[in-house]
Amino acid sequence: METRHKILLLDDDPEVLNMYQEILEQLPSQPEIRTASSGTRAMAMLEAEQFRLLICDLKMPKMDGLQVLSIVRRKYPQLRTVALTNVADEQFRSRAYALGVDQFWYKPASDQEVRMFLECLEALLGREAETGFRGVQSKSLVDIIQLECISQSSSVLRISNGQLAGKIWIQDGELIDSEAGELNGEPAFQKILSWRTGNFETLPAEPNRPRTIFKSYNALLLETAHAMDESQEQAAAGGHSEADVSSLAQLSQLDGVEFVLAMKPGEKGMQVARGLENPAHMAAWARESLARFRALADRWHAGPLEQIECLGPQRHVALASQADTEFCVGWKYTLSAGQIREMMKKVLVLWAS
Amino acid sequence: MGLLNLFAKAAPSLLHLPAGSFTVDRDGTVLTGTLPSSFPKDLVNDLAQQVLATFREAADAQLILSELIVNYSSLRISARESRGGAMVFISPKERYSPSKQS
Repeated sequence: METRHKILLLDDDPEVLNMYQEILEQLPSQPEIRTASSGTRAMAMLEAEQFRLLICDLKMPKMDGLQVLSIVRRKYPQLRTVALTNVADEQFRSRAYALGVDQFWYKPASDQEVRMFLECLEALLGREAETGFRGVQSKSLVDIIQLECISQSSSVLRISNGQLAGKIWIQDGELIDSEAGELNGEPAFQKILSWRTGNFETLPAEPNRPRTIFKSYNALLLETAHAMDESQEQAAAGGHSEADVSSLAQLSQLDGVEFVLAMKPGEKGMQVARGLENPAHMAAWARESLARFRALADRWHAGPLEQIECLGPQRHVALASQADTEFCVGWKYTLSAGQIREMMKKVLVLWAS
Repeated sequence: MGLLNLFAKAAPSLLHLPAGSFTVDRDGTVLTGTLPSSFPKDLVNDLAQQVLATFREAADAQLILSELIVNYSSLRISARESRGGAMVFISPKERYSPSKQS
């Protein structure tokens, strides 16, 4: 039986809620429309039941729309979000997108705009059926591949990880080929699985793709799971795995790098460094600074913290985080802030790969 | 579709990220600034405290800093150390250009 999607409409004005409820009832998929008149009420409803889409006004008392969207994005990554406002201010649009909203709309004021609005919402509601990978942030690549194979799917998974990209071809539930950079077949598959983070996209199947992988997906995934377990055991025993130490050595070879320090957030002592004699002080300062400016972001509604560059007469330092690791990288003082920003992108990509 | 224009309500104001600068002395007192007076002072004081603490704690970790640049997705904050205090610059990021309404 086909289930109706649920939409949560949040606006502090009851008249607007009624009006938009009527408008949304025109959606062809006939979703169930629920309303909330405050951010706290909306959060309670999201906690109690599962929604597909949140449509959120920005200007509201107590908890404004940007605050709601900021919390929702972290707490319910699978939820589609639409910001709807009559505030024609470019800054708010920019900030809403920075918080990860799917769409930003000025409240439609004509029949044509209402039609376009409904068409876009309908597309947003139906997108999952087309791609199937929304909200996979909490799933590993292994989960995704298993799902594809168990369901006997034929598709091409395109996985991107920063500047790196790879593909996995699946035909009738069997892995048949893989490609990552210059690698092909099993080595490419293993390389892709070693990426710690990434984005997924399904592309149409390519039935004529020549087969280069002949092991069953179970065998390949078991081998990988075994390697991952070993890595996690090492991490639990000594803080970081050998792979992390090796990655750090690679990072320290980059031009301009003076030291590299990788840390697990919030876990004092869980750190690995290269080029620092006594990393404890630096790690404590880096952790504290990242935490401090993350907290500031919440109070200022400034969006996620991307990076901190610290310039000094003897050396520069950049602080950033990726997935479950925080970084403190020392740079030669001759580099500019812009150069450090660019180089840090390289650091994060190398670490992820 | 004039009816829908009724949606234009008098709503509470959103926190508009300001552009401007201010100076803070070594004790955390904000001295002068070009930030809009409508922007909450407690947020400015908060930022000043965090900046000074970061400089101070960096020095404790044997790291001498003269400038700090904090990049958020919607905002860039840069702070220059100045005799124990700091000069702080704030600039919102505008990533999306306005769409042309026909």
